[in-house]
Amino acid sequence: MNLSLLIIIPLITALVILFCNGLKQVRAVALTGSVVQLLMSVFLLSTYWQERTAGNKLPMLFEYNTTWFKSLHINYHIGVDGISIAMILLTASVVVAGILVSWTMEKLNKEFFFLLVLLSMGAYGFFISLDLFTLFFFLEVAVIPKFLLIGIWGSGKKEYSAMKLALMLMAGSALVFVGLLGVYYQTNTFDIMQISQMHIPLETQKLFFPFAFIGFGIFAALFPFHTWVPDGHASAPTAASMFLAGISMKLGGYGCLRVATFLMPDAAHAYSWIIILLATIAIIYGAFATMMQTDLKYINAYSSVSHCGFVILGIGMMTQTSINGAVLQMVSHGLMTALFFAAIGMIYSRTHTRMVAQLGGLLKVMPFISTVFVIAGLCSLGLPGFSGFVAEMTVFMGSWQNPDTWYRLATILSCASIVVTAVYILRAAGKTVMGPITNNEYLGLADATWNEKLAAGILIIGIVLIGVAPFLINQLIGPGTENIMQQVGKVVTLK
Amino acid sequence: MSNYAYILWIPLLPLATFLVLGLFGRKYFKTFSGTIGTASLLASAVLSIVAAYQYFFVDGKVNGVYEKIIAFKYTWLAFSPNVSIDMGIIIDPISVMMLVVVTFVSLMVHLFSLGYMKGEERFATYYAFLSLFTFSMLGLVLSSNIFQVYVFWELVGVSSFLLIGYYFDKPSAVAASKKAFIVTRFADLGFLIGILLLGFYAGTLDIGILIQKLTNAASPEFTGMATASFLGVSALTWALTLVFMGGAGKSAMFPLHIWLPDAMEGPTPVSALIHAATMVVAGVYLVARLFPVFSMDASALNVVMYTGAFSALLAAVIACTQTDIKRVLAYSTMSQIGYMMFALGVSKYGGENGLGYMASMFHLFTHAFFKSLLFLGAGAVIHMVHSNEMGDMGGLRKLMPITHIAFLIACLAIAGIPPFAGFFSKEEILTAAFHSNKMIYGVALFTSALTAFYMFRLYYSIFWAKEAHVHDHHGEGTLTMKLPLIILAICAVGAGLVPFSSLITSDGAALETHVDMIFSIAPVTLAVIAILIATAFYKTQNDKPAKAAAAFGGLYRAAQHKFYMDELYIFITKKIIFPLIGQPIAWVDRNIVDGFMNLLANTTAKISALIKGFQSGKVQNYALYFFGGVAALAVVFIYLWK
Repeated sequence: MNLSLLIIIPLITALVILFCNGLKQVRAVALTGSVVQLLMSVFLLSTYWQERTAGNKLPMLFEYNTTWFKSLHINYHIGVDGISIAMILLTASVVVAGILVSWTMEKLNKEFFFLLVLLSMGAYGFFISLDLFTLFFFLEVAVIPKFLLIGIWGSGKKEYSAMKLALMLMAGSALVFVGLLGVYYQTNTFDIMQISQMHIPLETQKLFFPFAFIGFGIFAALFPFHTWVPDGHASAPTAASMFLAGISMKLGGYGCLRVATFLMPDAAHAYSWIIILLATIAIIYGAFATMMQTDLKYINAYSSVSHCGFVILGIGMMTQTSINGAVLQMVSHGLMTALFFAAIGMIYSRTHTRMVAQLGGLLKVMPFISTVFVIAGLCSLGLPGFSGFVAEMTVFMGSWQNPDTWYRLATILSCASIVVTAVYILRAAGKTVMGPITNNEYLGLADATWNEKLAAGILIIGIVLIGVAPFLINQLIGPGTENIMQQVGKVVTLK
Repeated sequence: MSNYAYILWIPLLPLATFLVLGLFGRKYFKTFSGTIGTASLLASAVLSIVAAYQYFFVDGKVNGVYEKIIAFKYTWLAFSPNVSIDMGIIIDPISVMMLVVVTFVSLMVHLFSLGYMKGEERFATYYAFLSLFTFSMLGLVLSSNIFQVYVFWELVGVSSFLLIGYYFDKPSAVAASKKAFIVTRFADLGFLIGILLLGFYAGTLDIGILIQKLTNAASPEFTGMATASFLGVSALTWALTLVFMGGAGKSAMFPLHIWLPDAMEGPTPVSALIHAATMVVAGVYLVARLFPVFSMDASALNVVMYTGAFSALLAAVIACTQTDIKRVLAYSTMSQIGYMMFALGVSKYGGENGLGYMASMFHLFTHAFFKSLLFLGAGAVIHMVHSNEMGDMGGLRKLMPITHIAFLIACLAIAGIPPFAGFFSKEEILTAAFHSNKMIYGVALFTSALTAFYMFRLYYSIFWAKEAHVHDHHGEGTLTMKLPLIILAICAVGAGLVPFSSLITSDGAALETHVDMIFSIAPVTLAVIAILIATAFYKTQNDKPAKAAAAFGGLYRAAQHKFYMDELYIFITKKIIFPLIGQPIAWVDRNIVDGFMNLLANTTAKISALIKGFQSGKVQNYALYFFGGVAALAVVFIYLWK
């Protein structure tokens, strides 16, 4: 199939939105466009599956390559493997859910939906790019809308947060760009598949790997560059929070894997101890920091720091299972955090507070929303049957396969976070949805509307599908991670 | 050999019930949900009994032993070619026995709840959660893969969280449910690391292969694990002790027992389920499941033994001082589970030396009946009195004749009086302990006397002591509440007659046991004396209990406060973890890490503010810089360039 459609559909949707009048038209167009995109992604999945079952062993499928700037060796080169398809499906689900929860957005609705769709276009382009320059181009497309989404539609100290987020992500992009140029000057091409076939000298790798990895790492909440996450998420409107956690942070993880580690595997090996150290700190430190938060959005944002640490940990451990786990954790975290932010948004829009201390007993008045909240929480604390368990256990098992004693210690410390996670999730859920009703005004609140139910439903289906039948997604991403492992070399397996 | 694939339906039926009632129950089957849940569980129970009959009596032994059969297996999540989480069904004596116990007790609880929970607003949700709980426990006992155990282990944990917190608008229920989940989660961390260790050294997560590899002292896996050491302890001991830590959490062994007494915040029938058939016996089952491996490592077995014995004693002492009837029962559970644990600890694998294993499983079996009976009886009492406190009860024997007789039978059974079920299983445990470790035997004997004492203290306080002062009584409840009491009472009398030693042993072969009359004299006499003391103390109201309490002074007060374990935990969490770890980290993040990022941004902004003055766009300024520069260069060339 023609992968460019994945960019063209959002582009057309965005353009049509500009010519719409009124909220009703705008949201109808946005929803239609995003649903078509979701269906396209599912279609992509099924054609991919057919190709693979028919015995197509190429690392990338549905490739398309054409020259963009000849003099600079920049090509428009796209293609997908199972990892990108998983990311595309994640993005498409989060976009549909995000548009559904913004159904009644009154303020500057045309601009709002335009930016949402534009952001998603950047993400789709990023995930299908096989050319470093194209990839960087789409990364930038995905950054700018965030600044506006938070700065205009946000709440609280939104100007500060928007500026902070934009500056830190821009710094990340700049670092990425330095890394990419370094690779380019060594290999004289931007083509990811070509570069992976060449061998970049270790010294060059060691010089430019940190740029690329830290640059993408900033997107993926790499400690200590995670500080945009709490403020950015907390100030963003609901849909933007969902997009940030569900999509933007995944750009970082995907970049760390596909660009930094895949193209500069020797440096990744050399620096793996630093990566693992930072990931372990993020996991533990993020979990403890979450425990002390009092605002639901801060709780979820800090827990994202902890959970994204598993992505980095999985990549740093560099066994096939751990990288599988990193990809699973990206998908799982994307769905679950989007769901969590959606539930928080639904609660906030009714009670006008996100402070845990002021909330209470919501299960009685809004059973649906509260159940969604609890499901997101249980997924977050790694309950079997939901995606979080599958992803975390794969990361643990994969990390454990790395026999180095210090890495083992890092794995055990990371495992310990499951206890802290249980503490903060149950504290939040126990106070917010359980317990007595703290405010009599809550008694008159209505439960979820159809669009909110649909949004939550889409995300929950994803979470449960991965949680109940992990072998499906494992088959999808397996060949992709295998391909990366061949590059990373040393395949460490159990006896 | 016959086909056992139908066993898959035993856990699937409750799962289906959970899904149907959870998704549609509130809307469509508000009143029928109880019937649906009970009917589906009845089907599961019948299938379990059919399976047990087929396994034990139709297929029987092959070459003198009961075989392990893998009835179903599907690779659920593959980590590497050999290491994967499989969803499988293992059929062996203990899993078949557990199937019967879990479905039977759960069925009784379902039946009892029909009357007990009638009119509840969240009736459908309650039955959905009960089904989930039963499903999780069934999945756990059928697991053929150690990671599969962990999967269902966690599901058991969350089901208990949901049920203990069923009255979610009661802060105490919320606190209790959180406590149960978090304490057991902490224990599960040990279990998880234990699994990682076992998986790495044995190279498999399949329980069958794992046991095969690690019970062969010559295999490279075993030698690797026994010789690798960390902090002076072998990897095998580490792994098994950590796995046992998980078991100790679920089975409420000291010091991870603190969640169990609070877990009574859930509806009383749920306590019957937690204490008798699900959750708390999971830990015992886990150790039994891996027992062949445990038997290869004396240190790990010693940990099991001492933890079990100490928990049994501690809980019995505390139980003597509590006044909340469900709390007394909760500590009695902890004590009896301690029995099962140390019975495993004193056991060895195979032959006559495997008596402890068989005794432990036997006690698990009989305990399930009389403990669920005790809790359901307590439920019936609470249903009538609307209080958990002994002080509000008394003289109920005339108002609740059936409950009274059933409760008495259960008390006699747990006290170990012949010919009730508990006598037989306890007798085997004591015999096993006697032949292995005299100190443990002494502790067990003393605990058994204490058990008889506190159970009869409970019995007299509820049914005798004073005249009943309950006015608004509505009989003993519905038929569906009385029926389970009667059935369980029959089991509490007859369960001891099951020829356990020929059915369930450590190696699957029959074991010669004989109830030694002379050996039984000591425990039975002690129990009878304890009952007589309880009769003197509690049958009528008098001042003897107060005097006895005063005589024990500090010990009594400490036991009444559960030896201050809750306070210790609160101190650790509220005074150490939150203020000394959590808060500093949160502070550092906001002020140091983020402060540094802000500083970076602010410095950049200041520098740029400073520099931007240079590009003012005013020609005069540029001219000034120009001439200033020329002057500076002139100074340099003229004076410094020489």
